[in-house]
Amino acid sequence: MNDMTEMFIERIRAASAAKPLCIRGAGSKDFYGNAPQGEVLDVRGHRGIVAYEPTELVITARSGTPLTEIETALAEQGQCLPCEPPRFSADSTLGGVVAAGLSGPRRASAGALRDYVLGVKLLDGNARELNFGGRVMKNVAGYDVSRVIAGSLGTLGLILEVSLKVLPRPVAESTLRFAMSEADALERLNRWRGQPLPIVASAWHDGALTLKLAGARAAVDAAVRKLGVGEAAESGFWDALRDQKLPFFTAETLWRLSLPATAPALDLPGEQLVEWGGAQRWLKSDAPAETIRAAAAAGGGHATLYRAPAEPKARVGAFAPLPAPPLALHRSLKAAFDPRGLFNPGRLYREL
Amino acid sequence: MAVPGVQAPTPNSDGQAALLRELAAILPPSALLVEHEDLKPYECDGLTAYRQLPWVVALPSDEAQAVAILRACHRHRVPVVARGAGTGLSGGATPVAGGVILSLAKFMRILSIDPLACTARVQPGVRNLAISEAAAPFGLYYAPDPSSQLACTIGGNVAENSGGVHCLKYGLTVHNILKLRVALIDGTVVEIGSDALDAPGYDLLALLVGSEGMLGIVLEATVKLTPKPQVAQVVMASFDDVVAAGNAVAAIIAAGIIPAGLEMMDKPATAAVEDFVHAGYDLSAAAILLAESDGTPEEVEEEIAAMKAVLARAGARELRVSQSEAERLKFWAGRKAAFPAVGRLTPDYLCMDGTIPRKHLARVLTRIAELATQYGLRCANVFHAGDGNLHPLIMFDANVPGELERATEFGARILELSVDVGGTITGEHGVGIEKVGQMCVQFTREELEAFHAVKAAFDPDGLLNPGKAVPTPRRCSEYRLTGSAR
Ligand SMILES: Cc1cc2nc3c(=O)[nH]c(=O)nc-3n(C[C@H](O)[C@H](O)[C@H](O)COP(=O)(O)OP(=O)(O)OC[C@H]3O[C@@H](n4cnc5c(N)ncnc54)[C@H](O)[C@@H]3O)c2cc1C
Repeated sequence: MNDMTEMFIERIRAASAAKPLCIRGAGSKDFYGNAPQGEVLDVRGHRGIVAYEPTELVITARSGTPLTEIETALAEQGQCLPCEPPRFSADSTLGGVVAAGLSGPRRASAGALRDYVLGVKLLDGNARELNFGGRVMKNVAGYDVSRVIAGSLGTLGLILEVSLKVLPRPVAESTLRFAMSEADALERLNRWRGQPLPIVASAWHDGALTLKLAGARAAVDAAVRKLGVGEAAESGFWDALRDQKLPFFTAETLWRLSLPATAPALDLPGEQLVEWGGAQRWLKSDAPAETIRAAAAAGGGHATLYRAPAEPKARVGAFAPLPAPPLALHRSLKAAFDPRGLFNPGRLYREL
Repeated sequence: MAVPGVQAPTPNSDGQAALLRELAAILPPSALLVEHEDLKPYECDGLTAYRQLPWVVALPSDEAQAVAILRACHRHRVPVVARGAGTGLSGGATPVAGGVILSLAKFMRILSIDPLACTARVQPGVRNLAISEAAAPFGLYYAPDPSSQLACTIGGNVAENSGGVHCLKYGLTVHNILKLRVALIDGTVVEIGSDALDAPGYDLLALLVGSEGMLGIVLEATVKLTPKPQVAQVVMASFDDVVAAGNAVAAIIAAGIIPAGLEMMDKPATAAVEDFVHAGYDLSAAAILLAESDGTPEEVEEEIAAMKAVLARAGARELRVSQSEAERLKFWAGRKAAFPAVGRLTPDYLCMDGTIPRKHLARVLTRIAELATQYGLRCANVFHAGDGNLHPLIMFDANVPGELERATEFGARILELSVDVGGTITGEHGVGIEKVGQMCVQFTREELEAFHAVKAAFDPDGLLNPGKAVPTPRRCSEYRLTGSAR
C-alpha cells in the first residue's frame, strides 16, 4: 500500500501546456491510441487494494495496483472481473486498464469494462481531488463521470482510485469448436443470440468457430447436448485470446472494427478474427485507412487503427474521426476537467 | 409546497409574447397548452408535494417540431423541462416557473425491432412495458423493469437511469441502452452511442443516461433486448428479524449465486401490500425475502435448491417456492405494488431512495426506526436487497400542519445516514428537486463545480431543467445552515 497523491498534485501544479504530462502505468498500452506525449508521470507507486468485500461485490483499488494482483484477490474468493480486460503484461495497472477501457472475450454477454465501473477518484487539471460514483452498486447522484473516465485514455484526469463491481466466477465452463466459414459462423451467431443459451464468448478465425459456454453446470451441459461438442480447442485458448497472445495478434498493423453484430462478413483484403458474436472484428490488412474506415462506417460501426507503425498512425489517427457536434462536446468536456491541457495531449484525438 | 431554490433565467413579457407566437407557428393549437386548467395536470410529477404551474406545455409530434421548439426557447432564453409520463419520484419533471414543459407524450412509436441483433429502436414516449410486449413474439424482452413500467417512458428511464427488481442480474438502464438520438438545447441533433457495442471517443452515452433531462432531450433510443428465460421461479423466505434477513442476502452472494431478483420487505410493507394484492405473504414475519432464479429448467432447479439451502441455514422460518407462473407473478405483484399499497394507508408518502453497503443494513434500519419515533411518523421499508438500494416509505398527511416539513426532514436524515455509511442519496430515482440539498452532503464544492462544468459543456446557458439535480454553492450554504441541523 502506498499513497502518492501529494507527489501527483505537485507534478500537476508544475506542469503546463508547454510541458504536459504523459500519465503512465506499466506502459503495456503505449502502443494504443495516438503516440504518448509529455513528461512521463509514473503512477505505479500509487498502489494497493483499498477495500474488498466479496459479499458486497465491490473492489476498490489504487490506480497503480497491478491488474494481476486484483484478479488474484478476486480468484481467492471465487470472484472475477467478467469484462476480462486484456493483460498485456503482468504489471498492467488498474489505472491503465480503466483509462484504455478495453474489454475481453466475454464482452458481448457480460458487458464492457465501463459497465463494471462504479466509482472513480481522480485529480483534475487543477490538481483537485474529485470523487465520482461510489462503492455501491446503484448510484445516480450527479452525472455519471466515472464511466466517462473509462476509455478516456487519461485525457480528463489522473485516476487515483477505482471501484469496480465484481461477480462470482461461473460454476461450469465448456469450450466447443466447429469448422465453418465466416459467413456460416455469423449466421449461426445471429440465430443463437436471441436464444437463452449460455454462450459467453465466441471467436471465429481461420475456418473455425470457437464458443465458450459458462454458467450453471446443468445449463452448460444442456447447451453442449444441443450444440454438439465439435473439435477440441487448444488449452489456454481463451486466455491467449483475451491477452492477445495468439499468433494472429503479432501483426505490425492491426485494425479493430467495432460493428453491429449482424453486419455481414466484410469484403476487405486481409486476415480477420471475429469476436463478440460478430461485434468486434480484428483485421490484419494493408488496405488504405480510408477504405477500412469507410467500410466500417458503411456497416454501422467504426474502425480503430489499433496497432501500427508511427507514421501511418500519426497521419490517419488511431480513432475514427468524430463529426463536428460530438467533437465540440468532447472539447468542452476536456476543457471542463483539464482546462490547461496537461493530460495526455493528443492521445485520444489531436484536438483534445 | 413551492418549489425551492429553482431560479430560472426568465425572459421579459415581450420575449414571452414573441416566443408564444413562434411556438404557435410550430405547433397546432391542440399541441400548445396555455390555459390554467390545461396546465394543471403538469404541475407536478410523482413527487406531488411540490407543485409549480408551467408557463406553457408544448406537445410536439415529431423531431422537426421538437427541434424547432428548442431553437425558439434557446433564442428567447426560456427554460425547457422535458416530461415523459410524469411518474418520476424526485421532481425531475416538475415545471420551472416561467418555463416550457416539453412533453414527449406523442413520441409513442416503436420504430423497429431487430430480432437478430436483439435490439429495438423506439421513440422516447414509448412505455417501458410496451417494449417488452412488442418484443415478446420474438422471445425477447427489455430487462430493466421499474415497478412503474406500465406507465413510465423509456425517455424518463434514460433520464433517471432507472432500475427494477431484476437489475442485479440484468443491469440498470445504462447497461441496456446502445444508442440515443439527442437534441441539444440549441437544436443540434447528436447521435450518441452506436449500433455496435462501443463508439469512438468519450462515453457520452454514460453521461446522458441519468442526466435528468439537463444535458439533452432524448428523441430516440436503441435498447438492448434480452432472450426470455425458459423458466423462472421465486423462493419466498420469512425471517423473524431483519438482521437475519440481511445476513441471508450476503450468504446467497457468498455462495456464488446472483439471483435474477433479490428483494426484501419489512413487516409494515408486507402488511400494506397483503391487504392490497393478497399475494399470500407471511404477515407475522419481521421481514420477507423474494429470491428469483431464471434460466433453463435444469439451471433453475439447481439454483432454487441451492438458495433454499442457504436461506434455511441463514435462519429462514418458512420457505415457499412458486409452483406455477401465476403464483410467481402473484409473489412479485405484491412487491411491485408496494408504493401504491402504502399509498392506500396514508394520505401522502415520501419515497426515499438511498443505496447503502448491504452490511450496514441492520444499523440503517435500526436508525430509521428511531427516527420514525422521533418524528412521530410511520415508515415502511422495501429494499432492493441484492444491490443495497433501500426505499423507506415515509407516511404523512400534508393537511396536518407541519407534517410535510417533518416528513421531509426525516427523509433528509435518512439520506445523510446513507452517505454516512458509505452509500449514496439516490440509487435510481434521481436527485431532481427533492434531494438537491443532500447533494451538498454527498459531494464537495469542487465536485459540484465539476458537475456544473459538465452541464455547461452541453447547455452553456443553463436552460434545460434549470435548478435541478446539482445545487449552487449558495444553496449548499443555506442547506448547511438550516437543512442539516440535527
Ligand atoms: C409507483 C411507482 C413505482 C416506481 N418504481 C420505480 C422502480 O422500481 N425503479 C425506478 O428506477 N423508478 C421507479 N419509479 C420512478 C419513475 O417511474 C422512474 O423514474 C421513471 O423512469 C420515470 O419515467 P417518466 O416517463 O415518468 O419520466 P418523468 O417523470 O416524466 O421524467 C423524469 C425525468 O426525465 C426527464 N425526461 C423525461 N423524458 C425525457 C426525454 N425524452 N429526454 C430527456 N429527459 C427526459 C424529465 O425532465 C425528468 O427529469 C417509480 C415511480 C412510481 C410512481
